[in-house]
Amino acid sequence: MADQNEILAGLAEIVNEETGVEVEDVQLEKSFTEDLDIDSISMMTIVVNAEEKFGVTIPDEEVKNLKTVGDAVNFIANA
Amino acid sequence: MPTLKQAEPNRYSRILGYGSARGDLDVTNHDIAGPIDSSDEWIVQRTGIKTRHRASENLSITDLAVAAAKDALANSGIIGEDLDAVIVATVTHPHATPSLAALVADGVGSKAPAYDISAACAGFCYAVAQADALVKAGTAQNVLVIGVEKLSDFIDNTERTISFLLGDGAGAAVVGPSETPGIGPTVWGSDGANWEAVGMSHSILEIRNRDFVTHPVEEGEKIWPTLRQDGQKVFRWAVWEMAKVAQQALDAAGITAEDLGAFVPHQANMRIIDQMVKTLKLPDTVLVGRNIECAGNTSAASVPLAVDALLDEHPELSGKLALQIGFGAGLVFAAQVVVLP
Ligand SMILES: CC(C)(COP(=O)(O)OP(=O)(O)OC[C@H]1O[C@@H](n2cnc3c(N)ncnc32)[C@H](O)[C@@H]1OP(=O)(O)O)[C@@H](O)C(=O)NCCC(=O)NCCS
Repeated sequence: MADQNEILAGLAEIVNEETGVEVEDVQLEKSFTEDLDIDSISMMTIVVNAEEKFGVTIPDEEVKNLKTVGDAVNFIANA
Repeated sequence: MPTLKQAEPNRYSRILGYGSARGDLDVTNHDIAGPIDSSDEWIVQRTGIKTRHRASENLSITDLAVAAAKDALANSGIIGEDLDAVIVATVTHPHATPSLAALVADGVGSKAPAYDISAACAGFCYAVAQADALVKAGTAQNVLVIGVEKLSDFIDNTERTISFLLGDGAGAAVVGPSETPGIGPTVWGSDGANWEAVGMSHSILEIRNRDFVTHPVEEGEKIWPTLRQDGQKVFRWAVWEMAKVAQQALDAAGITAEDLGAFVPHQANMRIIDQMVKTLKLPDTVLVGRNIECAGNTSAASVPLAVDALLDEHPELSGKLALQIGFGAGLVFAAQVVVLP
């Protein structure tokens, strides 16, 4: 499995592609909704793209728990 | 023993013309936001819908279907008597039997075989697949297909997952024989494991079996079946699996995205449409059906309504290729490339 930094970089690319948020702004402690202003629809699109990119499955129930970028990186790293 | 006679097949089929009919009311986001604690801003941002056409009490599902059918017949230069089959795709005809198709056939002056199919938002593309097969097999020469819904009869306006998306309308097309290929292979299928992801809240038998003495009707409760969905599940399935199906339909037709004049996906959510356009890497030259903004999600009617709206706005699309794809409750899906009339 890719290490945390690689996952973060990959995720940042997906977030940037979907929302236009700068890659540098996608940091572990940032909250998707509060800090990055990502709505629930963009979040689903990001999840679908992350599943493809990292070859993991992120169930619907799990998406609610991914509050910060760090939560998502950890989930993907341990999936 | 004599040799059996079989129908002579037609080599190719095509769509001769589209037609449509819309609900007579424009229902804005403001009109419906109150009971679901929503707002115009929320709905526009998450779905792209600004208003939806709905039909008043005076405009029945049969009226909508017949109006769209007449429009399609006129655009195709065909009269009711020339029809060999009438197929109606709907999930909101209030009678399980007799069919709506029989009424529509009668309404356009046809005695042709007539039947309904239930494939929700994929209904129109399913019907086109059937019409294409009937024509090519020589079972029929001219087939009228209609996708029609009066979804407003089956919504609970206090329900948050789907009611605000839905509109009423009808779209129709006539499929007939052709000298050249006019309808690509349909890529279609189902996923009944997700039967519960979107559909009616309960069945009519559940109403029959309810003991209204021990379970009286609560204030504001709708006892008849109304629509609801698991929006997240449907969204993920739509953006992910349906882009693949759309690509398969292009491959099956032997064309690429660059060859398209138009892309007309089911009008479920503008954000789903945007994502599909990205995933399919459609060039800017491809016009995209986006009338969800004013029509809402009209289920079986959505694809033909959107095609007809595009053709009205861009008559230069005539003769060009369009990829149409429907997907929804079942789950079911169907996609095909067609030559626009
Ligand atoms: C229906 C849909 C727009 C809902 O959007 P969503 O982002 O999934 O909504 P969620 O249920 O995750 O809710 C996100 C937030 O919005 C709120 N919300 C949900 N529905 C709402 C509504 N109608 N109005 C206002 N707010 C709503 C939720 O309470 C939640 O708030 P919170 O974050 O403060 O808890 C979306 O799931 C969708 O379009 N799915 C595809 C369905 C489709 O096209 N079906 C047709 C099939 S044919």
